[in-house]
Amino acid sequence: MIDFTFTEEQEMFRKAAREFAETQVAPKVAEMETTGEVCDEVVKALGEAEMMALTIPEEYGGLGLGYTARLIALEEISKVSVGTAMMLQVFALGIEPIIKFGTEEQKKKYLPALAKGERLASTAVTEATGGSDPTGIRTSYRKEGNDYILNGRKCFITNSHIADTITTLAKDNENPKAYSTFILEKGMDGFKPTHKEHKLGMRGCNTGELAFENCRVSGENLVGEEGKGMRVALGAIGDVGRGGMVGCALGLQAACLEASVKFATERILYGKPISNLQTIQNKLAEMKIDLEAGRLLGYRAAAIQDKGGRSSNEFAVAKYFTTEAAQKAAKMAVDIHGGYGCMEEYAVSRYLRDSFVLGPSAGTSDIMKVIIARWVLS
Amino acid sequence: MMNIVVCVKAVPDPQQACNIKIDPVTKTLMRCEVPLVLNPLDKNAMEAALELKEQFDAYITALSMGPPDAEAIVRECLALGADQGILLSHRAFAGADAYATAYTLATAITKIGPVDVVFCGMASSDGSTEWVGPEIATFLDLPVVTMVEEIVECQGPQWKVKASLAHGYRLMQVQLPAVFTVTRELNTPRALVFSGIIKARKKSIVRWGIDDLGVTSDAVGLKGSPTIVSKLSTTESKRAVEILTGTREEKAAQLLQKLVDSGVV
Repeated sequence: MIDFTFTEEQEMFRKAAREFAETQVAPKVAEMETTGEVCDEVVKALGEAEMMALTIPEEYGGLGLGYTARLIALEEISKVSVGTAMMLQVFALGIEPIIKFGTEEQKKKYLPALAKGERLASTAVTEATGGSDPTGIRTSYRKEGNDYILNGRKCFITNSHIADTITTLAKDNENPKAYSTFILEKGMDGFKPTHKEHKLGMRGCNTGELAFENCRVSGENLVGEEGKGMRVALGAIGDVGRGGMVGCALGLQAACLEASVKFATERILYGKPISNLQTIQNKLAEMKIDLEAGRLLGYRAAAIQDKGGRSSNEFAVAKYFTTEAAQKAAKMAVDIHGGYGCMEEYAVSRYLRDSFVLGPSAGTSDIMKVIIARWVLS
Repeated sequence: MMNIVVCVKAVPDPQQACNIKIDPVTKTLMRCEVPLVLNPLDKNAMEAALELKEQFDAYITALSMGPPDAEAIVRECLALGADQGILLSHRAFAGADAYATAYTLATAITKIGPVDVVFCGMASSDGSTEWVGPEIATFLDLPVVTMVEEIVECQGPQWKVKASLAHGYRLMQVQLPAVFTVTRELNTPRALVFSGIIKARKKSIVRWGIDDLGVTSDAVGLKGSPTIVSKLSTTESKRAVEILTGTREEKAAQLLQKLVDSGVV
């Protein structure tokens, strides 16, 4: 028998995450929307609430709770602020290569501070010439003694300006088929965040560019084997990255439905709440169907991931479905709100903007289809 | 070691108050319709105990009476930092009024053993009688201070507490053991954190039924409840617009009369 129910403990994780989001994040959403900047208090609160520690093993100061708990936390935080959930999801994405491929020394050096939220993580793969096709990247390294010298630029990097520890993919200057992943630290000579992006949505989440100019990185910062860094970077993106986006999308879907139900039951038209109108009911039903289906896809993939199985294909399906459904839900939520949906006082206008950023993050829907088709045909 | 008992109650989620229904026959709340949560003021009671534990060597027991589902809120107390949980759950306990609830809780506290402090939320968000805490004190023959908004001194067996009144406060000196009911002004309840939830895995919840307490079924639950709910009615909230006419003085007089007639002033 397949048990589709959450355990009492998982329900408590959800409650903890929901209370955190409602008390610590919600009061800061308006400020993040206005300034477009990361709210330091939210980042601090994420650390204090142990949100960065979820997937880090206990022996390195984490909670070792795994990926279902992470998905629950992301979903609940995203219900309140997709930008904050996105920030958190990429913290984990930056941490994952160290957990999976790091040496014991690297784990001891970086993970405890990352678990406490004292240091923030990110990952840097995407460049103007390659994101979903990481072989197109141009950031390169050359070896000098025990060190590596990095040159290049990364773009669309989440947490670019706030991260202290960034796992970065670069290609070998002398062997275009060899890629390596390095841990870069804020303040290293020759490494700096440059341009900050101004996104359509997720406005409390920092996205920007990183530049490497003869950046000297110690050999101790190499993650995994030299020349096999593609496996390191993609290993994290495939399941942790897509899984994180599923959490963000599910939260947004749920928020759209909740806002729509509230508005539709309060808004009177023709002497009755508009929720009495079948055309509105159809929209609410579609949103609910998509949310339930998305949860089944997402939590199933997370269950596979928790069991140590390969879940990147399952997450590709879930990522495609939930981010598409989130866009659909946000559009319907705005439609249900009518003119109010176009006003910034109503959260659904933010939901619509946020929903469009979900699609390209960690791979567009078209790329997800490429991956899914490859899976089907393999 | 300071032995602290915190009485907690599973109540229908106040955020879903509009979905709470009352059984027209038994005239009790239909608790299954709405998810149960930890009574908001009991969180303040838990927090008071946890803050004491941070200062002194203390052992906290979270005690609740309720249906089997109420175990989740006891588990939540363990996740917040209580050392053990006890759930009083038995069919005979169902339908208890404040008196029977207090009797059952007091019997359990006696069974737990010598206690120094009993904390209760000032009221539950569903029943709101504010009687359970004082009645527990009566059954245990202990002093009680209701509506505690500040623990001024808690060194030694004599405590000084500030308790709120409608237009002021009382500063009370109390000899322990004692029962305190607390208000939301006392503290800010801490948030549930993931590590606390993990730690709760190793803590146990004991379930006691009627035989464990050694009470008769006549003394507990609906049978042991002297309260008789004779009638229940629901209030309807309506909005209406009425335009007053006349001079400014006439309109003011009409408005005043309407406010008097409707009982507002």
